[in-house]
Amino acid sequence: MIKFNNVTKIYHDSKGNPNVVLHNISLEIKEGEFVSIVGKSGVGKTTLVRLILGLEIPTSGEVYFKDIKLSDADPLKFQEIRRRIGCIHQDYKLLPKKTVYENVAYILQVEGKENEEIEREVPKVLEVIGLKNKIDSFPNELSGGEKQRLAIARAFVNHPDIIIADEPTGNLDPYNTYEVISLLQKMNKAGKTIILATHDRETINKLGKRVITIENGEILRDEIEGRFII
Amino acid sequence: MLRGRGAHFIRMFINFKRTLTFAINDFSRNKGISIAAIFVLTITILLVTCLFFFQGMANYLTSQIQDKIDITAYFKDVAQEQEILDVKEEILKMSPNIKKIDYVSKDEAFASFSEKYGDNPTLSKALREVGNNPFPASLNITTNGDPLQYAVVSNILQTSNFSGLIDKVDFSQKKDTIEKVYSITSNINIFGLLLGIILIVVAILVVFNTIKLVIENSKEEIGTMRIVGASDWFIRGPFVIQGVIYGVIAFLICILISAVSAYFLSPKVGIILSGFNMFSYFLTNLWIFVLIQLGFGIGVGVISALIVVKRHLEI
Repeated sequence: MIKFNNVTKIYHDSKGNPNVVLHNISLEIKEGEFVSIVGKSGVGKTTLVRLILGLEIPTSGEVYFKDIKLSDADPLKFQEIRRRIGCIHQDYKLLPKKTVYENVAYILQVEGKENEEIEREVPKVLEVIGLKNKIDSFPNELSGGEKQRLAIARAFVNHPDIIIADEPTGNLDPYNTYEVISLLQKMNKAGKTIILATHDRETINKLGKRVITIENGEILRDEIEGRFII
Repeated sequence: MLRGRGAHFIRMFINFKRTLTFAINDFSRNKGISIAAIFVLTITILLVTCLFFFQGMANYLTSQIQDKIDITAYFKDVAQEQEILDVKEEILKMSPNIKKIDYVSKDEAFASFSEKYGDNPTLSKALREVGNNPFPASLNITTNGDPLQYAVVSNILQTSNFSGLIDKVDFSQKKDTIEKVYSITSNINIFGLLLGIILIVVAILVVFNTIKLVIENSKEEIGTMRIVGASDWFIRGPFVIQGVIYGVIAFLICILISAVSAYFLSPKVGIILSGFNMFSYFLTNLWIFVLIQLGFGIGVGVISALIVVKRHLEI
């Protein structure tokens, strides 16, 4: 489903000095997999996610999404790809001027879904996620856990092919962390591909799923039932 | 095919309705920012409106000055009234830049002189001694103020086949005055145009920066919309429609302020600029005022939104 072929990403600071974030990364993630990408903060996990979303262009190498070479994709193709990816971020990336209902509905509106479908689907998803009583609240009226649940609701309301969670538990207490990870596991059991980028050791060790460890911009380990070892 | 096209139009309509709803919601949920944007837009539209009023006043003033300037062709006593009127027609045909030609008969010239100087005993006595009417019939000719046009008319009068009827044309005596007046009125127009351009550029920059600040507030939001796969128009649409809303509201405020100001200032402006009725000028040019205010308001609002959002979409 997702393939990285010798991907290198180099940023330059204001003085033009290069900062190699990812170096010669090659990996493949198959449909239905639950893959955790682990490493210390600033190791390049978020860059990897941004490369999949087409928000960054690799300095060299190729990224493929369902056999589409992202460097060859036009803006319309990118829109289509991004609609097939549900994304959960550490900073939630909610739409602050929209209510809980509108935040979730926006994803379906972007896809041009009919109002009847939106009115049917959104309350259902909010019910599952436990935010039905907050339907008219704005993001700034929610707790951290509620915001993250809203981000999750938004990520799977349109039944995407893949869900990418970039540090989804970074701002959460243990209870909410458990809830979020449980939801991701449920979605994976339902057939969704999950990519979880995190530096939360405890969470990874409990999962018992594939773990790709990144260090110094390179893949240190790629294990089928891995653990967080750095 | 027809079904496909029909479905496409329905989708477009649904998207437009959604964009409109987003814009109205964003507008009402950001009251402070919306009011600030409308306030700045209103001030700048009022500035542009003032310029239009000033231009109207300047045009009136220059035309008043130019109307005071004319050249006169004095006819020999042998020239019959019909012949003079034929000359008038000929000049009108030959020179398109003539604003007006007034025929003054010998009797009218005499009456005018008597009215002006009837109280002057020396002049009255002189007239009585002359016995008959010494004043010639004449044509007073006013062009668009350009000295070159006066020279052309003077030349036509002195070289054409009716030159035998003409005693003299006073162009050479008035040439200096005509040139001075033309230079002053031209400078007023050029100065007004330059000032107008500078102020309009400043106004556009102020509005652009205000809209930029408004949208800057939504920079993260635009980024999120991109991540979830929203099309560029789905992102940009609400901002553009908000630009239209700002423009329309600012226009309504401005047209009201313009009408009320023109009505109440009209008598005062009339004192400074005799004969100029500000309110009549406003009513006569109402459609131009509407076009300028609405066009400027919506135009600047929408174009600023398009530029700023485009910049964020490129990041």
